[in-house]
Amino acid sequence: MDFVSQLTLFVLAIFLGVELITKVPPTLHTPLMSGTNAISGITLVGALLAAGHGAGLLINVLGFIAVVLATINVIGGFMVTNRMLAMFKRK
Amino acid sequence: MQISQNWIDIAYLVASVLFVLGIKGLTKPKTAVRGNLLAATGMGIAAVITLLHHSIVSYEVIIAGLLIGGAIGAVLAIKVQMTSMPQLIALLNGFGGGASVALAAAEYFQGASGTIALSATGLAVLIGTVTLTGSLVAFGKLQELLDGGSIGFPGMKFVNFLLFVGSLAAIVYMVINPGNDMVFWGLVIAAALLGLLLVLPIGGADMPVVIALLNSYSGIAASAAGFVMGNSALIITGSLVGASGLILTQIMCKAMNRSLTNVLFGVMAEGGETIDADEIYQGKVKSSSPDEVAMILETAQRVVIVPGFGLAMAQAQHAVRDLADTIEARGAEVEYAIHPVAGRMPGHMNVLLAEAEVSYDKLKDMDTINPTFEQTDVVIVIGANDVTNPMAREDKGSPIYGMPILNVDKARTVVVVKRSLSPGFAGLPNPLFAKDNTLMLFGDGKQAILDITTALKEG
Repeated sequence: MDFVSQLTLFVLAIFLGVELITKVPPTLHTPLMSGTNAISGITLVGALLAAGHGAGLLINVLGFIAVVLATINVIGGFMVTNRMLAMFKRK
Repeated sequence: MQISQNWIDIAYLVASVLFVLGIKGLTKPKTAVRGNLLAATGMGIAAVITLLHHSIVSYEVIIAGLLIGGAIGAVLAIKVQMTSMPQLIALLNGFGGGASVALAAAEYFQGASGTIALSATGLAVLIGTVTLTGSLVAFGKLQELLDGGSIGFPGMKFVNFLLFVGSLAAIVYMVINPGNDMVFWGLVIAAALLGLLLVLPIGGADMPVVIALLNSYSGIAASAAGFVMGNSALIITGSLVGASGLILTQIMCKAMNRSLTNVLFGVMAEGGETIDADEIYQGKVKSSSPDEVAMILETAQRVVIVPGFGLAMAQAQHAVRDLADTIEARGAEVEYAIHPVAGRMPGHMNVLLAEAEVSYDKLKDMDTINPTFEQTDVVIVIGANDVTNPMAREDKGSPIYGMPILNVDKARTVVVVKRSLSPGFAGLPNPLFAKDNTLMLFGDGKQAILDITTALKEG
């Protein structure tokens, strides 16, 4: 993908993010943060490629570290968000 | 099985759409759980499809990483107490930054080339490393492993400036003269130091801003890593997260009436004249007892509870809910007033009270609740201080003048549950404590609330 299309995606996604996030009520700001931690674990897809590449020890080690850290964010982030959101009830 | 790059990119698009729908779900408590599941599904799709990529030749390292990371993540998510949620978010921000750095480094050592890929690598390393070490310091402060106040030395800002300019110079050098690994590691070290030094001087009550900002950085680092790899999923998701963190940062700054630079460089506005606490409090502070508070509550029609960080410290959320139930059982109305910066991260108090099974529609934000204080019989302030300080509204010489506060002093009676008259983070005396309609109930927050509840039930 060329740089300009990448930049286009980046800029449009920021505007979309701003539109979306301003609608999240303050009461859900903590789950919002843990939820965004979880989705920023999307670095996992890059990490998987690096770790499985077989391009030498250093790359594998870096890939392994990236997989571990990104997986902590994905699993930890989604689970703790789910745990918190399940508590928000209306009586 | 191997699939073409097109299918992989389409799967990433599906994942990105699910993330957007997931965040959209978070705009209402009712749809939030489903939103989170949608986002998790998107992540699952992206990960599984990536595993089918033709460049993956071995799975041992991947499986080991997934198992270890998954186990750590699950344990953290299950074990963490709601009061410690800011620490967990700080850690996750840091890990997010760390993952982006490791990823950018892996790309670099696989021979990334070209101006754009190398600049993006440099930026991913710089922002990701600052996020990693900065978040670890924030974690240390929140967990009280480090001094919660401001830690610094003379000339710190100048050192930070040098580290920042040095990092940028290293990136430029990397782009112009690629292939020098020492420059790469130099960048990592400079950025690591910069992250440490940026967060060390920031004190406790400014933590909500720092956590929100590091949240944003972790997203921007992921996005930069996406530019390195030419991966649309990373670019889109990273910028969504970056925007989210920035908005939260802005909300937090506004709620403290401070600019971002002002928070980052650890300076409070200068006070006009020094304010003598004794002069304000002398002979005017009325100390109360749980029985007296219970007596006042017996005739109250409307009660508002104002929680602050002290509520989390005392683990008093369940005791507060019990008290609210007892008051409601007598026919009165109870609501909660949540200041945006109450606690140590955005929404901290809401999560604590949700844990104690307080219905979310009783948690009111500042703008909604402020006009109602005049019709409120009793306000119970527990563990909050600066966010109720009327000086912010009335005293033009005060360092906190202009900060939006909860106008609790407009209520008929204010009960402040607090250990002592010690000042809050702003270091200022609070004239609220000396007002005619204020009663101080000194003691441990949780015990005081339990005592009021007992007295109210017996009375």
